Amino acid sequence: MFAPQFDYYRASSVAEAAALLAEHPEAKVLAGGHSLIPLLKLRLAAPSALVDIGRIDSLRSILEESGTIEIGALTTHAELASSELLRSRATALAEAAGMIGDPAVRNRGTIGGNVAHADPASDLPAVLACLGAEFRVTGGDGDRSVRASDFFEGLMSTAIGEGEILTSIGVPTVDSACGSAYAKFAHPASRYAVIGAAAALVVDEDGSCTCASVTLGGLVPAPVRATAVEEALVGTRLDAAAIASASGLTGEALDTDDVLGDVYASAEYRRSVAQVWVQRALSSAAARCG
Amino acid sequence: MSASTFGSGIRRREDPRLITGTATYTDDIVLPGMLHAAMLRSPFAHARIRNIDTSAAAEAPGVVAVYIGADTDGEIGPAPCAWLLPDSGLTIADYHCIAKDTARYVGDIVAVVVAESIHQTYDALDLIDVDYDMLDAVVEPKQSAAEGAPQLHAEIEGNQAFHWTVTGGGDITEAFESADVVVKETIVQQRLIPNAMEPRAALASYTKATGELTLWNTTQNPHIVRFLVSLVAGIPEDRLRVIAPEVGGGFGSKIAVYPADFITVFCSKKLGVPVKWVETRSENYQATTHGRDHVQEIELAATSDGKIVGLRATVWAGMGAYLSTAAPGIPTILHGLMLSGVYDIPAIHEDVYGLYTNTTPVEAYRGAGRPEATFMVERLVDLLATKLGMDPAEVRRRNFIPKFDDGHDVVTGLTYDSGDYDGALTKLLGEAGYDQLRAEQAEARKEGRYIGVGLSTYVEICGLGPSQVAGAIGFQGGLWESAIVRFHPSGKVNVMIGASPHGQGEETTFAQIIAGELGVSPDDVKVIHGDTENTPMGWGTYGSRTTAVGGAALALAARKIRDKAMVIAAHLLEAAVEDMEYEDGKFFVKGSPESSKTIQDIALMANVAWNMPEGVEAGLEATTFYDPPNFVFPYGAHLAKVEVDAETGSVTLQRYVAVDDCGPQINPVIVEGQVHGGIVQGIGQALWEEGVYDEDGQLLTGTMLDYAIPRADGLPDIEVHSTVTPSPHHPLGVKGIGEAGTIASTAAVYNAVIDALQPLGVSSVRMPLTPERVWRSIQAAEEDN
Repeated sequence: MFAPQFDYYRASSVAEAAALLAEHPEAKVLAGGHSLIPLLKLRLAAPSALVDIGRIDSLRSILEESGTIEIGALTTHAELASSELLRSRATALAEAAGMIGDPAVRNRGTIGGNVAHADPASDLPAVLACLGAEFRVTGGDGDRSVRASDFFEGLMSTAIGEGEILTSIGVPTVDSACGSAYAKFAHPASRYAVIGAAAALVVDEDGSCTCASVTLGGLVPAPVRATAVEEALVGTRLDAAAIASASGLTGEALDTDDVLGDVYASAEYRRSVAQVWVQRALSSAAARCG
Repeated sequence: MSASTFGSGIRRREDPRLITGTATYTDDIVLPGMLHAAMLRSPFAHARIRNIDTSAAAEAPGVVAVYIGADTDGEIGPAPCAWLLPDSGLTIADYHCIAKDTARYVGDIVAVVVAESIHQTYDALDLIDVDYDMLDAVVEPKQSAAEGAPQLHAEIEGNQAFHWTVTGGGDITEAFESADVVVKETIVQQRLIPNAMEPRAALASYTKATGELTLWNTTQNPHIVRFLVSLVAGIPEDRLRVIAPEVGGGFGSKIAVYPADFITVFCSKKLGVPVKWVETRSENYQATTHGRDHVQEIELAATSDGKIVGLRATVWAGMGAYLSTAAPGIPTILHGLMLSGVYDIPAIHEDVYGLYTNTTPVEAYRGAGRPEATFMVERLVDLLATKLGMDPAEVRRRNFIPKFDDGHDVVTGLTYDSGDYDGALTKLLGEAGYDQLRAEQAEARKEGRYIGVGLSTYVEICGLGPSQVAGAIGFQGGLWESAIVRFHPSGKVNVMIGASPHGQGEETTFAQIIAGELGVSPDDVKVIHGDTENTPMGWGTYGSRTTAVGGAALALAARKIRDKAMVIAAHLLEAAVEDMEYEDGKFFVKGSPESSKTIQDIALMANVAWNMPEGVEAGLEATTFYDPPNFVFPYGAHLAKVEVDAETGSVTLQRYVAVDDCGPQINPVIVEGQVHGGIVQGIGQALWEEGVYDEDGQLLTGTMLDYAIPRADGLPDIEVHSTVTPSPHHPLGVKGIGEAGTIASTAAVYNAVIDALQPLGVSSVRMPLTPERVWRSIQAAEEDN
């Protein structure tokens, strides 16, 4: 299809972008374009203007500073997937980014655009929620940080306010006794997550689990933590039996009418098999601990 | 070079332009003063059109014209159906290019906008106000046949497009009554959406002063387009030129001549300027023809030692809202006549009901009727094996038609040309290591893993022809092909063919045929196709017929050239023609090969004509119109190995082994490519693809985000092997290979999955075998146990 008419502005700085957004309240922010452009072409969105932030180089970086990996909003999925820093310190994020779409999508799509769009079938929201990421937002009433649990409000909905721009995402770094992983049941056509499970585990020197974070995406409007699974893991040695038994509690997080279903995979099916993907993520994460 | 060129895997000469992006497709062509057209399509599956207000659109920026159905009265007729299936009570509903009072599927055209830019056309489409009265829709063929179903066409009772039967051999009722065992199954051959890489397009350029029109069109058969456009749009065939430039795949979906093609012609004729229409991918999903869509109730009767005694079936075939150009022949002639498969089956009966539904019209899709037949037969044979506790390979062996090399009649009325079905299966089982696979399966089952091995042995009807048969089966055209071979003075060759390859590689393989016949380098041969103004009449590229029929025409034209060259060479060497010999492009007197004339020498002499034998015309050129005496029947045996994860229902295809026999291979690399592509499309039906409508007739799988086309990461390496059994009646012995893979592979993969699930008690899963469907069938079987 062909997009309806819109005005196009290219911002050369975050401040300029914020000013353009203030000036054009009906405008949409364009980053990698991999969520927005299809909506325009299908005429499902008709913003009066686009503010293109795609060439603001300062938004494209992965830096470690004082216990946090700070990821610029324009960092592409391919850059996430190949970052040595992420692969060693936030493995699940690099792993999930490498499973997004196909190489063309990963080379153009950005982490900021992805999470701002908040497609429930997207991979990154669940992983970022699992890793306890914080989202830095500017514009409007100034700079602020939003925790993942507050950032993803629901289906295609985030805490980014009117006139605000997401500039970076901070992921807390962890010591080497921690392992994380992402397991995905990909839709055969879109490669979006039918079910996505992210797990991060911390063990003490005896190999006992001291902290577990397990988050589900793909089958719910916004990432959901599997707290029963997490609680069951703490104190175990993360052996296969412990992981299997804890994974069996996945359903408790999905005991809601919010589970998504479609013509490919019903809500009932997704709810029933989600634990398999949780188990796979946990097994990988446990193997990466220590 | 020369003779050895036939049969060598030289590189496809089509590829450099394709992979460097320099090929010219219809949408690449830009003409001065060209306008753009866009179609307004019904968003409802069944609705009465009360009123269409185009006034705002007509005044929108850049808009030159807006037309609705009434504007086309007397200008273009309905889109024709050209396969008038005899003895079937065929009813053809008027397929108005622009719907007049009722829209009957999501995608039915209700108006067209012509504007200066493509964006202006789409902006103007949004301004057209259509007042619809919603009507109930029916989307599933068996439901369409039911009493009380919504009726699509007032003049057609019960939505029935046709009722066709095939009956052959002994008394079918008696066969079933006296059988030791009967196995039954209901199969849904789901609707598939072809997805050629290039969407469809048309560019029409009408010159009022001369009354001539040139149409660039994404088609598999430009000569048929010319014929039908002349009939529908009233432009004499001699003033009409149809060009199929580079065509990016078709798989059957570019056989039909569509309403949008006729509308584009109408707009150009009306406005006197070139008008281009290019469909969007969403339109491609909605309005380019779909494939399959059968509900099949099938049963097989056999003796207790596994000998088949009868096959009976009833099929409800969804045809869509209207009959597309060749549609009625697909689920009937190309399907029902194939029900004997590779087996000796003494009695066969099938009823096929073609039904109108509120869906996109269905047409040929790679394999076209034959995959649906092969699947039925191969499924039944496996069910029989299970019922009798026999190995599926053994049941097949007990029923194969024995090896034959010059004709075998089956009870559906076809005469197969040549085949060694047991030979193909034996080779397959050896290459695949069948016994080890069964041992591995047994081991895996002990560990609670579910490995399955599936077989599919098939024969297909290819090389559609002869024309006499075309007439008898109601196909409103011929089924011959033509070729012109023209030598230039320098010895270079142009070949003009009526067929219209669009990805199959005949620019390469046809040069190899010439090289093999006349001893020139294939690099000295250019193959010209796709333009009705500089190619002879031909009926098109579909049904794996281009090499099987067009290749024969070409070989015979080359042999005419050789005969004429022999006469000229004899004259130049001052010898009698009967004393002459030909070898590898050289003509010489028997026993004196050192003194020879090359084909290039002869080409020069024939063109300058300084010294020609008496009574021999100048020039070195030949034309052949080849009408084949029969179809050709490629065959083979395929094996798939899968593992099913019972916890999630997901299927992993671990191995795929194919043995195909298409006769002598002109270019084995191209054959392998065709086999690969075909197999993958068939696997797509088994595992991933389905065009899904909801009960209101909304297409739920209308984008590439929803409709799963096979991707490389879901596939194993495909192991390709072959046997060679020449067709006795083809000048080169060749058969056809374009559809073989698709015809075989769906059943192989499906049988493998059911084989894997046997310990769990699952015997049937609806396709595609998505994880959820497999998982649910496991759950249901567990509940039953």
